[in-house]
Amino acid sequence: MFRKLHEPDPQRVTVHIDGVPTLAEPGESVAAVLLRQSEDWSRLTPVSGSRRAPYCMMGVCFDCLAEIDGVASVQTCLKPVCEGMKIKRQRGKRRIGA
Amino acid sequence: MKPDIVVIGAGTVGAAIAYGLVKRGHRVMMLDGGDRDFRAANANFGLVWAQGKGMDMPAYQQLTNGASDQWGDFCAALTDEVSIDLQYERPGGLTFCLGEAEYEQRRTKLLRLHNQLGADERDWEMLDRDAVAKLLPRVRLGADVAGASFGRRDGHVNPLHLLMALHSAFIRRGGVLRSGATVRAIRAEGSGFIVDFGTEKVSAGKVVIAAGLGSKPLAAQIGLDVPVRPQRGQIMVTERLEPFLPMPTNGLRQTGEGTVMFGATHEEVGFDTETTGKAAVYLSSRAVRTFPELADVNLVRQWSGLRIMTPDGYPIYAQSEAHPGAFVTLCHSGVTLAPVHADAVADAIASDGLPPSFDVFHHRRFDVPQTA
Repeated sequence: MFRKLHEPDPQRVTVHIDGVPTLAEPGESVAAVLLRQSEDWSRLTPVSGSRRAPYCMMGVCFDCLAEIDGVASVQTCLKPVCEGMKIKRQRGKRRIGA
Repeated sequence: MKPDIVVIGAGTVGAAIAYGLVKRGHRVMMLDGGDRDFRAANANFGLVWAQGKGMDMPAYQQLTNGASDQWGDFCAALTDEVSIDLQYERPGGLTFCLGEAEYEQRRTKLLRLHNQLGADERDWEMLDRDAVAKLLPRVRLGADVAGASFGRRDGHVNPLHLLMALHSAFIRRGGVLRSGATVRAIRAEGSGFIVDFGTEKVSAGKVVIAAGLGSKPLAAQIGLDVPVRPQRGQIMVTERLEPFLPMPTNGLRQTGEGTVMFGATHEEVGFDTETTGKAAVYLSSRAVRTFPELADVNLVRQWSGLRIMTPDGYPIYAQSEAHPGAFVTLCHSGVTLAPVHADAVADAIASDGLPPSFDVFHHRRFDVPQTA
């Protein structure tokens, strides 16, 4: 949906979004990286399965939830990227034990 | 509207009685209090529960078992009238026992209850850990789980949808519901009563006080001195989860939307509706001891409600002797007892009064003099 206005930092890291290796800049939030992908959604709601994307970017709306390194329902706008991070779009309800 | 009957209180008890009365063709006005009143109906956990209830009062066991058995038909009739899904299920219920001591205490308690009732069949059984695990294949049990008691009469419902459905059905059948109508005074006049709620007064032949913790001063005005006190219960709820718990437990249940509710405390703190860290620790640690996989789940909300508690914990159903058209109906199990309130209690109010089978629930049972 969004794109960067400047050239990516040479210190860039690689994260994985639903298994796809993706470049990111150190210091940006996972939510910002998700907003730069070609899909316009990063979450399916738990009751109706409708599409959502990060919104407030400051930790109060809970629309940016995704699974990071095996832990579901993480607020991605509050998580900086790091090398090798495994991000999965959250589809529907969370499972217990995950 | 000139009502036949005024029901004071539009919580789960008042609304069920009012619904039963309009079903019987009466003109009913139901008066709801203010947004800042205690409103126990909005804090409820949602159990439709029978096991473990009624110690030292077999009549209450019978009342509860009857209500539980009527719940299915009551739910079907109500849902037919309004398009609200009550999310009612009756798969049986579990009371988890953490540690062997709890398991033995639970068994002893249920046996004692069974003997007091003197029924032929048992509607419960003790399940050891393996048997419980077989019932719950989608979740791992904590190490402390010794087992559970299973009650085949138990179930659960969405208590907010229940209240909404009772209000909708009441209005649909011509009942009048007034909100922000806290009653200040009731006065007997002629063969009926005048009920004063702020800006208005209404007169009716009969009045039912179902105002929860607000009932005591009102009942006093029609010659009934009812002992009732608040008892705080705190509840927590999680984010929505994939279904893993197919039956309710007395301390934890998974709702239709997938959220898990942890409840509840029993605190004697007066009219205090604060939530506490101590309760949060107690409720969440017990939940995690039962199902360790809940440890990382997000908690969304914690709230409290004040139960309508009588000295023995059992209902008060009474009719004023000084003013026979006035009734008081109080309990903290308004969800489980809803079918009884909508049927037998509504019948009694609409006709000749409470039958002898309800005598045991009169509050004169608390007037036993202390022995020297």
